Amino acid sequence: MSTPAAVRMTGISKSFGGVRALDAVDFEVLPGEVHALLGGNGAGKSTILKVLNGVHRPDAGTIEVGGRVLTAHTPEESRAAGIAMNYQEMSLVPTLTVAQNIFLTREARTGSGLIDDRDAERRAAAIFKMLEVHVDPRAQVGDLGAGQKQLTEIAKAISQDARVLILDEPTTALAVSDVERLFVFLRKLKAKGVAIVYVSHRMDEIARIADRATILRDGQHVITAPLSELPIDTMIEHIVGKRSKGLADLARADVSRGEVLLELRGVTGRHKPDGLDLAVHQGEVVGLAGLLGAGRSATARVIAGIEPLVAGEIRIKGRPVPIRTPAEAIGAGVALVPEDRARQGVIPAHSVASNLTMGILDRLTRWGIEDRSRIRQVADAQIGRLAIKTAGRDAPVSTLSGGNQQKVVIGKWLAADPDILVLDEPTAGIDIGSKSEIIRLVRDLAAQGKAIVFISSELSELLTACDRIVVMADGRARADRPRAAFDDPSVPEEDIAHRLQAAERKLQAAIQEALIAGQEDPRV
Amino acid sequence: MSDTSLANRRPSGLLANWRQYIIYIGFVVIFLVFAATLSDRGFLNPNNLLNIVRQTAMIAVMAIAMTFVLSAGEIDLSVGAVAGLTTVTVAMAIAAAGPLAGVLAGLATGLAVGMFNGWLTTRIGIPSFLATLAMMGIAKGVAMWISATAAVPILSPSYSWVFGGGSIGPVPVLLVWVLILAAVGHVMLRRTGFGRRVLATGGGETAARYSGIDTRSVKFRVLVMSSMAAALAGMLYAGRLQSGRFQLGEGDELSVIAAAVLGGTSLFGGMGTVIGTIVGALMIGLINNGLILMGLDFSQQLIARGGIIILAVALSQKKS
Repeated sequence: MSTPAAVRMTGISKSFGGVRALDAVDFEVLPGEVHALLGGNGAGKSTILKVLNGVHRPDAGTIEVGGRVLTAHTPEESRAAGIAMNYQEMSLVPTLTVAQNIFLTREARTGSGLIDDRDAERRAAAIFKMLEVHVDPRAQVGDLGAGQKQLTEIAKAISQDARVLILDEPTTALAVSDVERLFVFLRKLKAKGVAIVYVSHRMDEIARIADRATILRDGQHVITAPLSELPIDTMIEHIVGKRSKGLADLARADVSRGEVLLELRGVTGRHKPDGLDLAVHQGEVVGLAGLLGAGRSATARVIAGIEPLVAGEIRIKGRPVPIRTPAEAIGAGVALVPEDRARQGVIPAHSVASNLTMGILDRLTRWGIEDRSRIRQVADAQIGRLAIKTAGRDAPVSTLSGGNQQKVVIGKWLAADPDILVLDEPTAGIDIGSKSEIIRLVRDLAAQGKAIVFISSELSELLTACDRIVVMADGRARADRPRAAFDDPSVPEEDIAHRLQAAERKLQAAIQEALIAGQEDPRV
Repeated sequence: MSDTSLANRRPSGLLANWRQYIIYIGFVVIFLVFAATLSDRGFLNPNNLLNIVRQTAMIAVMAIAMTFVLSAGEIDLSVGAVAGLTTVTVAMAIAAAGPLAGVLAGLATGLAVGMFNGWLTTRIGIPSFLATLAMMGIAKGVAMWISATAAVPILSPSYSWVFGGGSIGPVPVLLVWVLILAAVGHVMLRRTGFGRRVLATGGGETAARYSGIDTRSVKFRVLVMSSMAAALAGMLYAGRLQSGRFQLGEGDELSVIAAAVLGGTSLFGGMGTVIGTIVGALMIGLINNGLILMGLDFSQQLIARGGIIILAVALSQKKS
């Protein structure tokens, strides 16, 4: 090869506390190409990018950038080597202005060595003009909407005149027209010989902008090929793989649907959801599918009273219920198992018993004094019911595995005996064995007559846990189908693994369709 | 999408941002009220006004550095005690080896305490609140111990003139110190790379780190700055009162933090203004002075001062 690769990563391995995130992965990007990096959640995309830009140090393997080997593995070294990346809003300081953020640590100076913010504003304005988008360089980043923040992130990466530009999900909050302009600009950069690594879940975007693609799955390299050799179906197949086998053996008993317990009518939050209709019956698990930013978690937060209901109506058992605070939601029989377990779900340093009874302390106290024996009873009952593996009810939750911590969160809410349970990414960061246990638990709870809203980014999980799947994009429900609609009749019923795989492909396709529908939908 | 985000932007203009200027408005209002009601008691007398400046100077000096500490998302509770300790080390060094040794001893005291605070916070990982709370006790204890709790006189007129006692014509030297430090502090926070790194560290530590800022070094440096400023305040106390005593500066940390917060610096980091801090410090001095002239006794002063500070900070809160 005459020209050296812009990036050559060889045999990169990285583990986090015993979990192998990357296993001897090779990744090569050429100058002047847009290289798509694809994979499901937990495939290792973010990890390999963080290794490349110096946030993580690899356990093994070498990184060459433009023929030079990186040795220090710090953000400074990667930047000096010509690598720039957007961080999905992670690198913006909310209290600084757009221009100040773009040039943070690279500020223009006046003759006397002082920071020249006027110059930064002019240069920022020039970048936005080049991109043909409108962002006010003097606005404070904390005041911007998601789309404007994302453009600021992109501008920050572009402003570094990098030889390697990494764009991680750069379009999740962008309007179609802005995506179009970004692509025009990327093609110009490409022509100048810049190597671009492009990460996205949106297959249509990949198909339009990428020259080659590398697919990772479970921390391993699956394939690198020109896009012409990778039709969307094949891509999805490589991304999905056969990793569903741990879930496939879960029995799916048909449920008896009861009355409608939870009904959303035109529910609208501050940003999202946007006029969402949804009905969940007793004994039913309804899945919310969609990409990052589709409004699934926001919906959960509105139902649970964490974010305000701006318009629309939440009905419980047929009656409109005002839900303005989490306490009102709990009072109405709604429980949310939140997305961020460690911060929103448990107090890690407190004991299992204390966490399990946190929500119902009122019932377990007499004259303001804790009733120790009742607390022990309730805690032991939940530990038994959910099969929580712990040294004992007095062990701190932080000593439990991720899966068992999640069971504590669920147990905490079950102690309050809610009718409606909302689970937001309940299996994130949990190994496959515990995942199927949690999904089995969810099925059992539905069988006991609860109405369940189940949010997950893992398609196999949605397909295993849910009776009905609602596909969301841009804050609205775009499709609402029974689970059976995703089955492919041509795959024999005995071949459970393949059946699930086929269903995943159908669901993936539905998500892509929803996305396109969402983008074409004019929002006034 | 861009339409919605534009709609979410805060409206700009003076009217919408009046909360940001509440400290300046409040300062003027309080000044006018005192001028109207207390002029017969000598409030507007130039000597009285200069007295306010003299009494506020040490708080202002420490508050300028505290603005950096708070902006970086940290806090320094040891400033009052460090100022007290410095009065003692300075006075003892002057007695032993002359004024120059005194100045060096003062600076060394600030540097040593600041580096220790910074080391505890950034290397050992003790939150600055706790590290500096402990340091508050240590500094006071050391000051009491080495001075045997007795005042140490300073018999160097030149030292006393430069550090707090002198005037250039009608202008007290203390005012010169404050003006110079305020100007340097303002430019440093607004217009230098260091100031920008401080604001970024406090505004979003993860984002700052991802942008290549060494946030630990930033925190270390603001804590050193703060102790150095406290040491300078101690040197000014020593010069003005011509002695070193461990009680000097006692309780100042609260006035210093109040001055910065009144001025618009966020307790949660990311936002700070040195000019606002100076006005905040002057406002506290102004209130103290007015309440004394009104003839309130000390207990009433404390209550009134607390009430005014709560009111000012409450009015400046952004409702969200």
